[in-house]
Amino acid sequence: MRRMSGFNIVSLTFGLAFLYLPMVVLVIYSFNASKLVTVWAGFSTQWYGELIRNEAFLDAALVTLKVGLISSTIATVLGTMAAWILVRSGRFLGRTLFSGMIYAPLVMPEVITGLSLLLLFIGIDLDRGVLTIVLAHTTFSMCYVSVVVSSRLASFDTSLEEAALDLGCTPWQSFRLVTLPIIAPAVISGWLLAFTLSLDDLVIASFAAGPSSTTLPMKIFSAVRLGVSPEINALSTIMIGIVATGVILFSLMSKRATIRQQQEERDAARSEA
Amino acid sequence: MPQTVFAPWEDPDEKPLIRFQNVTKKFGDFTAIQSIDLDIYTREFFALLGPSGCGKTTLMRMLAGFETPTTGKILLGGEDIAATPPNKRPVNMMFQSYALFPHLSVWENVAFGLKREGREKDEIATRVADMMRLTRLDKFARRKPHQLSGGQRQRVALARSLAKAPKLLLLDEPLGALDKKLREETQFELMDIQEKTGTTFVIVTHDQEEAMTVASRVAVMDEGQLVQVATPDRIYEYPNSVYVADFIGDVNIIEGAASQSGDKVLVTWAEGASPLVATSTAMLTKDQHCYLAIRPEKITITAEEPETTNKVHGEIIDIGYLGNISTYHVKLPTGHMVKAQSTNTRRLSRRNFTWEDKVWLSWSDTAAVLLER
Repeated sequence: MRRMSGFNIVSLTFGLAFLYLPMVVLVIYSFNASKLVTVWAGFSTQWYGELIRNEAFLDAALVTLKVGLISSTIATVLGTMAAWILVRSGRFLGRTLFSGMIYAPLVMPEVITGLSLLLLFIGIDLDRGVLTIVLAHTTFSMCYVSVVVSSRLASFDTSLEEAALDLGCTPWQSFRLVTLPIIAPAVISGWLLAFTLSLDDLVIASFAAGPSSTTLPMKIFSAVRLGVSPEINALSTIMIGIVATGVILFSLMSKRATIRQQQEERDAARSEA
Repeated sequence: MPQTVFAPWEDPDEKPLIRFQNVTKKFGDFTAIQSIDLDIYTREFFALLGPSGCGKTTLMRMLAGFETPTTGKILLGGEDIAATPPNKRPVNMMFQSYALFPHLSVWENVAFGLKREGREKDEIATRVADMMRLTRLDKFARRKPHQLSGGQRQRVALARSLAKAPKLLLLDEPLGALDKKLREETQFELMDIQEKTGTTFVIVTHDQEEAMTVASRVAVMDEGQLVQVATPDRIYEYPNSVYVADFIGDVNIIEGAASQSGDKVLVTWAEGASPLVATSTAMLTKDQHCYLAIRPEKITITAEEPETTNKVHGEIIDIGYLGNISTYHVKLPTGHMVKAQSTNTRRLSRRNFTWEDKVWLSWSDTAAVLLER
């Protein structure tokens, strides 16, 4: 292991502290026995127990999960289709306009997206509930999916698709049997991104949600306005745990796959010599 | 029993497998193919040869169905195939990048086309096994493409494109990614497989040696046009233009003016030098500008003045030693630089000529070719 210089140690410490200090404080206080958030009164897991018995939170978690799963799946299908059109159809009338319109929501302030969706839902007389949140989340997350997928498609060797056609595939078969399996990692990352965005979203959900449908971020936000409770800390700790586990698993898996692939390529090169 | 030479292009009754009829292909303002007429016959190993950008790949992609001609017709077995999509053509292609499906094993890659035809499982297994044996891939059936070496990948690509037993196999620079030694071995393998399967092969290449080795006929292309279509030996010995002579192999080009006298033509090429003699069937007018093309290996180097009509005197400037042969660069008093080759039958230490030696170069009356352009 190489020794780090003093400067590097300082930068690393500051960087990590800025990123993780708030979360560490939150995690520690979730195990606080006291009801008062700022006073430490010994270790306890009671707030986790309280959380499980709190139905309002559980309902909100369920709504969030449902919205996340459905909206990210629809967004992945639509986003992949949009990416396909943008990368593969060459030039067509209105292509520039179309690509601009796909990417515009990325930079659009969320408040404006939320407000315009709200106006639309009122305009077409759609009752606000889970459905409207799903629609709203699909709308803003599909452009993220299309960005991820189109960057993969841009580096895709088109002769693979030509080979599939040449061997008797219809264009749809060539997409299903060749293109899709190869770009699958990008499609999955797109889905994960859309799912995360949906779990995370507060602003747009607030506009699109009705009285009967509250997502977890909305619930937390409204609860915090009445004062930070240790229950919220516990809930957040669980969420941090889930996200961290997911990220670590994903990176471990991809690292192992890379190492295996490199090993096999070395073996192949050696077998030729 | 006399062995019949394979030359269907000389038989007027023979029907071509592929016929290009006045085919032109334009990409916007750019003309990739300029009104080409070409016949390719069954069981031929046909090479499209030319520098990059000459249109050879476009011509091949039109056969595969990835491009459609702007004007003109392409007939396959007498039928116009312009409207047939690539997946409906009895034509398969081996791609330059091999285009192996990375997520499928070698076996699945080879079986891919057969499965799309909806054949029986047993039939597919037998056919794939045959193809694997033909390309010596038996041991690698379960590997993925990234677990193979370059040569093995090339063989998978070949097996996959042959599996459906196409009427016509297209090969796009099939050996470009292999190193020289492996490439030469594979050339002979390709010829062997072509003969065994009886498939018509069309190969695109920019490597003239490769085209000469494998092909029954070669089409030399330049700027979207066919310059010459002939057998390798005719292309080499009787090029129809300076372009072809220069593109295929090494050649000395001497510019001059012709004087037609029967089939022997005298070429005046430099002031004070005696004219050179060459044979030509083309009727050249007197004083017509022409090019005398002579291959270096047809020139003899001697120390004494030889007894032939075609002889020049000069000084050795450079010697390129290639092991089996040596190339001598000889400078003539007129300023011309002439390349001559001789086979190194003796050991190097006993070489006859060295730098700055004065030598005579000579060649027979029939050795040179006269070209009008």
